[in-house]
Amino acid sequence: MRIVLAEDAALLREGLVGILERAGHEVVAAVGDADALLAFTARERPDAVVTDIRMPPTHTDEGLRAAARIRAEQPEVAVMVLSAYVAEAYVPELLDSAPGGGVGYLLKDRVGHVREFLDSLDRVAAGETVVDPQVVRQLLGRRRDDGPLATLTGREREVLGLMAEGRTNGSIAGVLVVSEAAVRKHVGSIFAKLRLDPASDRRVSAVLAYLRGS
Amino acid sequence: MSRLPDAWTAVRSRPWRLLGSRWPWGALGYLASTVPVGLVALLVLSTTVLLGVLTAVLVVGLLVLASVPMLAGLIAAVERHRLRLVQGRSAPGPSLRERLRAGRRLPVSWAEVGYAALLALVLWPIDLMVLLFGAAVPVLLMLAPWLSRVDTFEVLGWRVDPGVEAWVAALAVGLPTTVLAAYLLTVLAVAQAALARLLLDPREAELTRAVADLRRSRVDLVDAFETERRRIERDLHDGVQQQLVALTMTLGRAELDVADGPGLDAVRQAHRQAEQALEDLRGTVRGIHPRVLVDHGLAAAVHEIADRSPVPVSVDVRLDGRLPGPVEAAAYFVVSEALTNVARHSGARQAQVHAWQRSGALVLSVVDDGVGGARTDGPGSGLRGLALRLDALGGDLQVTSPPGGPTQVRMECPCDD
Repeated sequence: MRIVLAEDAALLREGLVGILERAGHEVVAAVGDADALLAFTARERPDAVVTDIRMPPTHTDEGLRAAARIRAEQPEVAVMVLSAYVAEAYVPELLDSAPGGGVGYLLKDRVGHVREFLDSLDRVAAGETVVDPQVVRQLLGRRRDDGPLATLTGREREVLGLMAEGRTNGSIAGVLVVSEAAVRKHVGSIFAKLRLDPASDRRVSAVLAYLRGS
Repeated sequence: MSRLPDAWTAVRSRPWRLLGSRWPWGALGYLASTVPVGLVALLVLSTTVLLGVLTAVLVVGLLVLASVPMLAGLIAAVERHRLRLVQGRSAPGPSLRERLRAGRRLPVSWAEVGYAALLALVLWPIDLMVLLFGAAVPVLLMLAPWLSRVDTFEVLGWRVDPGVEAWVAALAVGLPTTVLAAYLLTVLAVAQAALARLLLDPREAELTRAVADLRRSRVDLVDAFETERRRIERDLHDGVQQQLVALTMTLGRAELDVADGPGLDAVRQAHRQAEQALEDLRGTVRGIHPRVLVDHGLAAAVHEIADRSPVPVSVDVRLDGRLPGPVEAAAYFVVSEALTNVARHSGARQAQVHAWQRSGALVLSVVDDGVGGARTDGPGSGLRGLALRLDALGGDLQVTSPPGGPTQVRMECPCDD
């Protein structure tokens, strides 16, 4: 996979390049600010972009905004955003930037779990939506007395969380050590309770859209 | 033009700036309005005094005389407002309504009475004379080319003939005279306004100013404190946190390269420890100054705290746009501290956070259904520090927590920039 990488801290940039190249990806550009990220992405037409949220010059959400722009202008480029915080507030901004998949939001620590990180990157490149488990946990962890989310059982919550991470039914079954048929039953029940369209193959986006809209 | 804050500054600045500003007109307006105000003052005061003296034998007169200070007060109220024409702002003092409500209970201000007498007897005749000559002469001169055609035209004994002489009168004499008059009128108005302020601006106003200064310096202190917190947050975030992340990355790579065995176990353990350190650091940074507050504002930040709380929290935050930084930070830490207390001590089953804006102030309340008995005066109470901080911002913090509950923490803080 050809990748453009943006990270302003040299230490992390090198680490990321090392991990990506070790997995056999080609890092066509490793830059330190959002302008360079946009320029190289437009020129190199990479398969994927991996970017930090906070970047120069303002060190606020430069990377996030650049990612949103790339998603709007080059929808074929998969975008993986890395964050130093568990802050769900950034998720809608990214997901709302353009419809469709090929987007990920991970905590920087996740990169340390190299295999998991590379797997997430592959799934994002394949057009899926991947949101950091910790962020999903926080989204689901909200205690609400009202709304259909409150009607979910504990197991359904778990399944929903794993779905929101972008896992398939098979993978969920593996994690929870249950049969795939059981997972399908839970998913059907969740779709019914949350009134989501079971035909939707963009189930993660649907789940997240529901979560942030409620 | 409006960059000149008052007439005296305008007089001392360059001539074209004075002439281009509104202050000569303000001065003219001030002097011109002195005449009717002074005349009315003369009429009212003399009538009252005369009536009072004449009926003094019947005791009623004494009451009439006693109303003089109140009349002087009313005149003073008008005069305080008129100062705006020259000094850019009115003098502080009791408003007309307060004055009427207070009635005779207001202490007699002899300075106000003195000023009223001065205005009625001395000031307005002077202003009238100055206006007649100082303003009328330049105007007449400027109009010379037209007036001289209509009728025989004479200014201060100078008979101006129509034609060239009239134009000379207008341009060569009239223009400089106009400039001179602008200065004369402005300086006179400035002097008179200064006298009025001296007599009408009560000592409380000085104290008010001192309090305002004091408050501003306290706000500056809070600001400095806030800036420092942000700097520490940035340092931790850009320094230590980045290095720890880099460390976890290196350890993650090592896990792939090290063969199964005690070596790999050690690397995995190191990885877990590094992640724990990172997690702790993240908690610390959040406690210093949360990034999401800076990027997304109070509502988003409050939602984040509520989501982390082990006790279910419902959040209702209604704000129009962003609040000033120090207010946002104070509100955030109030919610954070209150919910920490709820989780630790209250035994509550649920809590609510409400925030809304009301007439330029942020009102925020955190309520729980716990056992109550919370105190703000205990040692190490985080709320106490927050109360001090809010105090500096002109706000306040109230905790009501009867034994048996419920506990309410409520803050109110002005948020006009």
